[in-house]
Amino acid sequence: MMIYADNAATTKMSRTAVDAMLPYMDELYGNPSSLYAFGQEAKEALEDARGRIAACLVCEPRELTFTSGGSEADNQAIRSAAVLGARKGKRHIVSTAFEHHAVLHTLKKLEKEGFAVTLLDVHENGLVTPEQVREAIRPDTCLVTVMYANNEIGTVQPISEIGAACREAGVLFHTDAVQAAGHLPIDIRAQNIDLLSLSAHKFHGPKGAGALYARRGAALTNLIEGGAQERGRRAGTENVPAIAGMAAALEEACAHLTENAVRVSALRDRLMAGLSEIPHSVLNGDPAKRLPGNVNFCFEGIEGESLLLLLDDKGVCASSGSACTSGSLDPSHVLLAIGRPHEIAHGSLRLTISEETTEEEIEYLIEAVRDAVSYLRSMSPVWRDLESGKAPHII
Amino acid sequence: MTRLSSRTAPTVKAVGGRVLVAMSGGVDSSAAALLLKRRGYDCAGCTMKLFDSGDAGLSRRTCCSLEDVEYARAAAFRLGIPHWVFNFKDAFRAAVMEKFAAGYESGLTPNPCIDCNRYLKFGKLLDRARVLGFDYLATGHYARIERQGQRYALKKALDESKDQSYFLYGMTQDQLAHTLFPLGGHQKSEVRKAAWKAGLANAGKRDSQDICFAPDGDYAAAVERISGNAAVPGNFVDTAGRVLGTHRGIVRYTIGQRRGLGVSAREPLYVCGISVRDNTVTLGGKEALLRAWMEVGAFHWISGTAQERPFPCGVKLRSTQKELPATAYPAEKGRVCVVFDEPQRVPAPGQAAVLYEGDTVLGGGEILPSA
Repeated sequence: MMIYADNAATTKMSRTAVDAMLPYMDELYGNPSSLYAFGQEAKEALEDARGRIAACLVCEPRELTFTSGGSEADNQAIRSAAVLGARKGKRHIVSTAFEHHAVLHTLKKLEKEGFAVTLLDVHENGLVTPEQVREAIRPDTCLVTVMYANNEIGTVQPISEIGAACREAGVLFHTDAVQAAGHLPIDIRAQNIDLLSLSAHKFHGPKGAGALYARRGAALTNLIEGGAQERGRRAGTENVPAIAGMAAALEEACAHLTENAVRVSALRDRLMAGLSEIPHSVLNGDPAKRLPGNVNFCFEGIEGESLLLLLDDKGVCASSGSACTSGSLDPSHVLLAIGRPHEIAHGSLRLTISEETTEEEIEYLIEAVRDAVSYLRSMSPVWRDLESGKAPHII
Repeated sequence: MTRLSSRTAPTVKAVGGRVLVAMSGGVDSSAAALLLKRRGYDCAGCTMKLFDSGDAGLSRRTCCSLEDVEYARAAAFRLGIPHWVFNFKDAFRAAVMEKFAAGYESGLTPNPCIDCNRYLKFGKLLDRARVLGFDYLATGHYARIERQGQRYALKKALDESKDQSYFLYGMTQDQLAHTLFPLGGHQKSEVRKAAWKAGLANAGKRDSQDICFAPDGDYAAAVERISGNAAVPGNFVDTAGRVLGTHRGIVRYTIGQRRGLGVSAREPLYVCGISVRDNTVTLGGKEALLRAWMEVGAFHWISGTAQERPFPCGVKLRSTQKELPATAYPAEKGRVCVVFDEPQRVPAPGQAAVLYEGDTVLGGGEILPSA
């Protein structure tokens, strides 16, 4: 038996997405840039996908550029805004302390190139306010980039209001919507979004495909030079099957968005209630303003690495912190950003469920986590010190 | 606990239970996993993440680089065993790196490899292995553990040129009971050959050298990086207290050091004393280093029971040295006084002195500053 509770890491591809991809991996293998009819069939699929994704996001198809995924889209969005800003002598960027590394590391690089970056505090509930953004914007601000929903603690930011604050100030607004797309309603026009990144494999599409929305007039800078694909904004032959799969998956997710959210949120709330019964545990992130499928807890006196391996042994796929390239776990920068102390952040667990998760699985998860935590505590010298009063409980 | 174990069925029936193998990415620890698997143990591999390469200056050759993790992982996959990376950066910093820096700043020369074995490999990692339900922890050390009735003895490796027992003197009976050193009975050349034949990619990889978090051998820079304190220059003095020149901070010197002093004299000068209080480094001729005896503190007895009577023994003051004949006099407060048969150049305080009886490690401790 396996319970997959790591949907924020990646999702199972939907049958619809697989079926949409198969023809382009099989007979329809043409290159969309070829001039003969066989190639043009692939081109049609590409543009069809663009149109369908645009309809889901409420934007124009030509405002979408296909990328290799969310990280590339984030990189390109921020780089492009930086280039546009620098042309006008504007070299200040506003973001938050708990963005994805695709954003934070790009900002760090820009700092080395002479940009100033303000990272907003995300408070204990994992939320920024539009007021904070308003206050942080300076005359030389060229970009505000705030993620739609956090990948670790699932908190959903007031994107429309932040967008409005940016629009008022005439500053470009980018949102990393990798965790949101297909799970939360997105209306690019109404939400005053100038740049938006998404990734197919987070909503039951394939890996290796993503998209960057850039409002008409917001010129993109190329990260990859070469041919004139994507109107010259992203060289390289398009990943036609994956893009077809992405469109099918997003369309399907958006068609069932409300009913999925209602069902998954109810399961999430049951999971949160069950886990909060474990003593000396704390929920990370706002209990209500969070992604339908996201549950993130800290348990005092245990190490996340051991917890994950024990859960793996019980057939549960879960995660903790952000996996670094080595596969080891660092205390998450997100948990540190919401003020969890280092030793507490080390004992974190993220369970991210989907519409395929069942009620029985939720009950099993609660029991598995409860058992693993109490076993680990029974073996932990840190826990012994806490229980004997040698060290004070923090949570 | 089925999923934590081997992905493929062992070819031989499991003889001795489940083993977590600490795999650094080097050939030895990978070969240790290979040998255990052949003997029918149910193995899993792991690599400890001990520091970020930024904390160690830039380095590709140390045990914690991504490249080494990849080597370890590749070896584990080749052997068909699971592999995990454990993040022990906090513990390593507190128990090893900070102790190293604090030691240097107080005029001592600690041996961080011994602390790493004691607190990380056979401390934190063995604890993790137990939590995950493993019966043993295995490493690629060249040393042997022998069961003698109710007790365990730590012995030198059969390949004496590779023997690493010196670094393991801090092991307790409980740790020895739950540790395997599969390479202890093998020659290094055999180990490399076995790794080569098994298709392990790191079979030809060079051996690790030096302290992992000071890969360029610049210990002073490592101390400054860890403690954040800049070295303060002071005076070189001779044994009579006369000023001979200016030194670049006491952390840059260790007892017995001759090179890099920058003081010219008729006869070669050696560091023979370091005073933290006066911030001076005392230089003297070779004869000033010779000592008839030394005191060893925080002495750890492998058997778990301190000896009370004086006894003849061999003593190693560094890993690669042949034992020096001596007599040990157990003293109070966990100290042992070691009297050499012939006067010896004693290494810096803080370094380890390890006592042997034949090829058995009796115990060891840290050399104390001479009074």
